[in-house]
Amino acid sequence: MTENEKANVRLGTVIYGSLTQGVHVKLDPARSVEDVTVGRYVAIQGEKKRFFGMITDISLEAVDPRAMVMPPDISDPFIAKVVCGTTTYGKLSVLPMLTISGIAGDTEGPQPAKTVPPHFAGVELASQSDVEMVFGKEDKQRFYVGTPLDMETRICLDMEELVKRSNGVFGKSGTGKTFLTRLLLIGMLQKSRTTSLIFDMHNEYGWEGTSEKDHKVKGLKQLFPGKVAVFSLDEKYDQRRKVKSDFVVKIGYDEIEPEDMQMLRSVLNLTDLAVQAVYELARHFGDDKWLQSALDLFDSGDKEFASNHDIAESTWKNLLRGLRMLQRFKFLVPHAPENTVTTILEYISHGKSVVLQFGGYDDIAAYVLVANLLTRRIYDRYREMVDIATSADTKKPDQLVITIEEAHRFLSPEISSQTIFGKIAREMRKYNVTMLVIDQRPSGIDEEVMSQLGTKITCLLDNEKDVDTVLTGVSGKSELKAVLSKLESKQQALIFGHALPMPVVVKVREYGSADSYKELGPTSSGEKAHKTDGLDDLWG
Amino acid sequence: MAVEQKIAEVIETSNSEFLAECYDLDSVPALGSMVRTKGKGCQIYGIVYTSATHSIEPGRRIAARGKAAASEADVFKANPQLAKLLCSDFKVLVVGHSPDKAIYQYLPPSPASIYSFVYACSPVEVKQFTQSLNFLNLIIESRSTVAPDEVIAAFLRYASLTHPAPEEFLVKAGKELAWTLSNDIRRLDSILKRLQP
Repeated sequence: MTENEKANVRLGTVIYGSLTQGVHVKLDPARSVEDVTVGRYVAIQGEKKRFFGMITDISLEAVDPRAMVMPPDISDPFIAKVVCGTTTYGKLSVLPMLTISGIAGDTEGPQPAKTVPPHFAGVELASQSDVEMVFGKEDKQRFYVGTPLDMETRICLDMEELVKRSNGVFGKSGTGKTFLTRLLLIGMLQKSRTTSLIFDMHNEYGWEGTSEKDHKVKGLKQLFPGKVAVFSLDEKYDQRRKVKSDFVVKIGYDEIEPEDMQMLRSVLNLTDLAVQAVYELARHFGDDKWLQSALDLFDSGDKEFASNHDIAESTWKNLLRGLRMLQRFKFLVPHAPENTVTTILEYISHGKSVVLQFGGYDDIAAYVLVANLLTRRIYDRYREMVDIATSADTKKPDQLVITIEEAHRFLSPEISSQTIFGKIAREMRKYNVTMLVIDQRPSGIDEEVMSQLGTKITCLLDNEKDVDTVLTGVSGKSELKAVLSKLESKQQALIFGHALPMPVVVKVREYGSADSYKELGPTSSGEKAHKTDGLDDLWG
Repeated sequence: MAVEQKIAEVIETSNSEFLAECYDLDSVPALGSMVRTKGKGCQIYGIVYTSATHSIEPGRRIAARGKAAASEADVFKANPQLAKLLCSDFKVLVVGHSPDKAIYQYLPPSPASIYSFVYACSPVEVKQFTQSLNFLNLIIESRSTVAPDEVIAAFLRYASLTHPAPEEFLVKAGKELAWTLSNDIRRLDSILKRLQP
């Protein structure tokens, strides 16, 4: 057990500071700087208020600067003991973020701190009850995501509140983004009425994924068999993995519109002129026939169309190469037997979340094409449904969260204004559709989109630009920067934004052990009936 | 309780210090030891900061007498009058007083009474007095003694032995000194070096 299980472990006293820069706390001589870490929570008891803040920096000071250039003889352990904490002392920088309660009996919830504690106010490590007061207890709506550093208290996210806005999960490769996302998706399934549409590029969410230690961890379908459907783009992959998917997705050529090609421009290496040519083709043959017609033209070697429409030979070839790449995707067929969008919406309207597994198509082109194409149509339909519900004054459809990976491919500044994802991030909140974007290069994402993300969850990032982008617009940015760059490379994340009263560094809860599944399954009694130990056999 | 043995008598007194003459020649208390005497309505505590043995007449210098003697003791045997012509005395820096049971580590309202008896403090008294160390700056700031650092170190060394955890006491005292001497690291360093037995 950690030492702050014991309530009120005193750290020191406030000596000076400001609201914007944070207050400075002189560490008590009995405390060593090595006992405290950046990112830990402290409570400062003022005369009228109790402040809640985070340690953002730790420094070494001396009462007399001469002591640093001509230090006492600290090779003598006795002298070292004496001067430590007196002549030289540790100083903490603490950012007071909230006032958690006034004098005893005040039941007001946490409020943003608008002042600082007075001189020489006592500073303690935050107790369990302080943390609970700030982040709330696990309940019907709150999902436990992890514990603060060196504490056992559970940090909970209000899932209903979280999904109301688009959110982001960031972090370098291998820092646990996937695990974190899986947990968030479970939280949504468990604690809110949200349905999710997950574009699962690497087949990690629906069925078993593998942890970094190479052991298998359960996917959403295994934990919530009644609430999750697995769609697949790649039957062969399913057969190989012995996975039974609920629906095999086929996309007809007639479903691909010129806007989709615009999105694919960079991944297919198309020139601007080639994209223009696509629009030209669509104008001539119609939005639903252009692709088939273009492929026919290429097959027949007919160059008349190109010359009639002033399309240069190089552009034509560029387009040909791009379209041939698309043709390699087996899920693209001239005519799809069933409409995927309708099927997805059907599942969603029944409250089932859909995980779309890409199987062997882990090509970014396939991902961009499918995610964009489906989302655009779902967006249109959802919008229609919400509009109808609004005008008829009936219940709006449940919140839908669309999860995309490699988000910078969809939300880069060049294309975010044109893609559907940019639009969702900016305005779809009104239509009950939000996004969960997952990315390892947040600096590649449009600033405007970043600024609209409600809650950001970020694992370790060490690129200066990425860190800056993620923290744009957060108060106490420079302090958080220090915290962010010191995160451990595994299982730690900084969470801040709409769903939390203040930024928090958490040790992400465990996922993957038999014990962890006990708490991660469905909570409603109806779902529990499905959840048996023989589940794997049933589906395996 | 054993009857306390008086060791000297106050012969010169002021608010901040007093001079006491020993009853026996050459039996002055150790530098930095703690003594107690009486003031008006209170006990006065002090620390010995210097001691001397000299002629009782200021104008009369002591001459060497031991050229023919085999040992130093023989000098006194051969000159029994010396015990009457010489005297030992010591100066004490007042560091606190106790009008009742409580001890106050600041100067008493009035000086020690003249001719009041001086007693060496017992280890229990020293331990009790040093529960708090606020008096240290009275010694540090003292202008009377030429070597206040020596006095502090000697007293703390002695006092530490009356505590169950001497080293812990010394660290606590050291920290107290470090606060007071925060602008004089060299001096702090030199005192700290003398604190260890």
